Amino acid sequence: MRRGGALGTVVRSGVGRRRLQTLVMVLVTMVAVVSAVVAGSLLVASSAPFDHAFARQHGAHLVVQVDAGAVDAAQLAATGRLPGVTAVAGPYPATTLTPVLDHGEAGPQLFTVGRPSATGGGVDELSLLSGRWPSAPGELVISTDYNGPEFTVGSTLRTTSGAALTIVGTASSVSGTAQAWMLPAGVDALPGSGGPAQQQELYRFAAADTATQLDAERAELARALPSGALLGTRSYLDTKLAADENAQSIAPFLLAFGALGLVMSVIIVASVVSGAVGSGMRRIGILKALGFTPGQVVRAYVAQALLPAALGTALGLVGGNLLAMPLLGDAQEAYGSASLAVSWWVDLAVGGSALLVVALAAVVPALRAGRLRTVDAIAVGRAPRTGRGQWAHRLATRLPVPRPVSYGLAGPFARPVRTAALVAAVAFSTAAATFASGLTSSANAIGHSREVDSGYAVTVDPMVFPHGGPGQADGAPARPIPLTAAQDATVVAAIKAQPGTAGYYAISGIQAAVSGVAGTVQTMLYTGDSPATGYDMLAGHWLTGPGQVVAPQHFLTTSGHRVGDTITLTSQGSSLPAVIVGESFNAGEGGMELSADLPAFLTGPGAPAIWTYGVALKPGVSTASYLSGLNTALAPLGVRGTERQGETSNIVVMVDAMTALLTLMLLVVAGLGVLNAVVLDTRERVRDLGVCKALGMTPGQVTAMVLTSVAGVGLVGGILGVPGGIALHDLVLPMVGHGMDSALPSQVTDVYHALELGLLGLGGVLIAMLGALLPAGWAARTRTATALRTE
Amino acid sequence: MGHVIELAGAARHYDSADTPALGPLTLTVEEGEALAVTGPSGSGKSTLLNLIAGLDKPSSGGVTVAGQRLDQLGERALARFRRERIGMVFQFFNLLDDLTVTDNILLPAQLAKTGGRAAAARAAELLETLGIAKHARAYPGRLSGGERQRVAVARALINRPALLLADEPTGALDSAAGQEVRELLIDLNRGGQTVVLVTHDDALAEACAGRRLHLVDGRIAFDRPTQDSKTRNEASAVTR
Repeated sequence: MRRGGALGTVVRSGVGRRRLQTLVMVLVTMVAVVSAVVAGSLLVASSAPFDHAFARQHGAHLVVQVDAGAVDAAQLAATGRLPGVTAVAGPYPATTLTPVLDHGEAGPQLFTVGRPSATGGGVDELSLLSGRWPSAPGELVISTDYNGPEFTVGSTLRTTSGAALTIVGTASSVSGTAQAWMLPAGVDALPGSGGPAQQQELYRFAAADTATQLDAERAELARALPSGALLGTRSYLDTKLAADENAQSIAPFLLAFGALGLVMSVIIVASVVSGAVGSGMRRIGILKALGFTPGQVVRAYVAQALLPAALGTALGLVGGNLLAMPLLGDAQEAYGSASLAVSWWVDLAVGGSALLVVALAAVVPALRAGRLRTVDAIAVGRAPRTGRGQWAHRLATRLPVPRPVSYGLAGPFARPVRTAALVAAVAFSTAAATFASGLTSSANAIGHSREVDSGYAVTVDPMVFPHGGPGQADGAPARPIPLTAAQDATVVAAIKAQPGTAGYYAISGIQAAVSGVAGTVQTMLYTGDSPATGYDMLAGHWLTGPGQVVAPQHFLTTSGHRVGDTITLTSQGSSLPAVIVGESFNAGEGGMELSADLPAFLTGPGAPAIWTYGVALKPGVSTASYLSGLNTALAPLGVRGTERQGETSNIVVMVDAMTALLTLMLLVVAGLGVLNAVVLDTRERVRDLGVCKALGMTPGQVTAMVLTSVAGVGLVGGILGVPGGIALHDLVLPMVGHGMDSALPSQVTDVYHALELGLLGLGGVLIAMLGALLPAGWAARTRTATALRTE
Repeated sequence: MGHVIELAGAARHYDSADTPALGPLTLTVEEGEALAVTGPSGSGKSTLLNLIAGLDKPSSGGVTVAGQRLDQLGERALARFRRERIGMVFQFFNLLDDLTVTDNILLPAQLAKTGGRAAAARAAELLETLGIAKHARAYPGRLSGGERQRVAVARALINRPALLLADEPTGALDSAAGQEVRELLIDLNRGGQTVVLVTHDDALAEACAGRRLHLVDGRIAFDRPTQDSKTRNEASAVTR
């Protein structure tokens, strides 16, 4: 006798007999679980990532830079005993390294701190992401915060001061304490070092929830240190604001996608499982006739559903974890937080929920089947069907279309519940595709909005080596320096003299004190005859002349200013009035970055150097030939122009990748749902199909009939899904704006176009047709004589 | 009168069985003839019917119906052939439950793209002739067995087929309804319709057909005129 008795035999044969249905259930459960694991883990990752990482790393509430020459070790150590200080780490020697890149130019600087280990004595415990911690003075660990060229572990970083440092690892600090770390001895051993000018001290406080509390602690520290010793401080609240900017903008996307995926998975899994139980009604009647109790029938059919579902869930958990990894890697980059992994409880919750949904979906029809009178259950499929859908056939015969098409169109009305589930599946997948399409466009528009010079084809980075390049013949280490005012004039003249130049701008930046705002504000200074294309504007206009400033919404909210107000910017002892002429969509510097046309700040002693030039070309001018001419003219200065490279932010890459993946999975789930429904329908109607074929319906007409039976469903689903997706997009986007403390420009919100929406609506038909293709082919190929014998 | 059906050494093997389920069989049926195929279960009756209807193909030999070599046609051409030249009546009626009686009858005409008015007129004529006009807008589920089989016959005749195939047409009917269908088939044949009837029912075979082909294990056990036809012929000769 076989193990498991009669019930086991029934379950095994039930699972094995309908292989396609079993396969569909495995696949649907698997894809639903993969989708839920990916969405769920990303949701977890995006939920307060900074707070999680800050707690894990025991981040520093206050990062303090002190003048090493103005304070001794004892004084610094005494600050650790101030009231309210709960932990302290340091002092760590700090310096700034300027890397020399491949072509000899200087790369972005690395603020480098020397510390003996990554753990940091209970404050700012770094996450070592790859490689190892330095063990010798010439070794360096790079931070993931470093916004410069990528250095791989094992490579050598040469500095403008002549040091050659081996990269031995990468690490991240949620407190953003440095862009690179060495051993303390390593900092002392750097060429030309007479000992570091700065030291870093990291503090944690008992009360550090608000900026006011941190200001008080900062003041306490300043009092405890000699005058002038405190060079600068940074609060973790500032770091958090910048880090959460990404998280808060992406969390609503993930929430919407996760919810969409879960709801759709539940609908499809429930529909597939209940369909499978429903289609076995006659078998259930036979089992009852043989002596199975209603309870045994229920157990048998729930087990029959759970077996493939368990396999699908297991596969889905593995697949979900594998797929989530690269996306979580993107999330890690985007959030700038410590390493993220799929939480074990996400796997547990998703797996458990999937099996619960399957069990519930199976129990309802199985209970119905269990209660059905045996004679009625046996008669299912034999007795003529009456009632449902006949009116649809009456109407369909009047349509001016071939008979197989009209017959197919009326088909879905015979099974209203199954058709409703099918419509819901297609509608959800179309909504997902519509939402995804809008989401991608909006995310790209947000990314694009950060590019102030998208219309400028050429950039010139004005850093020059005084002797023509690094590693000079005289042996002196070369150090790139900004252009002098005269050199700047030469570059501008060369740009203007090029025949293809349509306009140019130059940009620099200062920290300016602004009336109504505590501390200083990063202010980008634009000059030139065409001051960049500007950010997307929410109100007013971009810079059109001197004395103007453009501010983001967060700045206006914080400072209490409005477009049209005049503010005063103070920097390096000069104060200049400027009129706020526009409100920009610019999330830079936590939404506090100003853009200004204030040429007076760019002249005179102490004026900041130009950071970059942007050049717009006349229509039809080849960038390559333009650059050839420009670089010839700039060659004597050692400055080169390059083609502008558009930047794609990590957050945009992540949103795009996640959107594509989740949409694909939702479409697959919907397609499988359609496939399953049509398989069930085709099986139930196999005798009718045989009759049609016996009456002269060709295989092509049978295929057309089956496909058109889902085309209407697809069309209705598509028509319902498109506005659903738009509504979801319109619901989610303001949340994104709220996370960024900014309204969103029309370029971000108005992303749908009529043609695109039409195609998305037709996409519902495509999903339905693709799902029905396999059973349609099967129906067309079924031998007529066999089909006619089917009960 | 020409042959409507011509089987030339037609045999049908299933899977790898050495013995064919049917044949080899050589057989002709004349236009206007009524042939009853009888035999025990598994004798090959349904296989023979499937070959003649173009629902199946012989493993060897040829099958020609209404001048068309069916064994040489593809699925598409066979479908066209069936809709234009063959009418089929089944034991369990095989009506489409979600179509009205009229829509069921019209379906083959619509597949054959017969003009709407002509098809509707033909359907009305058949509904009237077969005594089911009052059920024209009803659904098959509401009809008695005999009425459903009349609808099936009407559907089979809508395209004026060269050949009417009936597979156990009274098998699912009570005796009264069976008698109605029997008389219907006799009338149709009298009207010139070629009929091939597959049945277990010797009385039906004798009553409806002029010729009886008895199969045993896929081979012809006998092929002879029916007693009733002899009687009919003798009566006819006496009359003459």
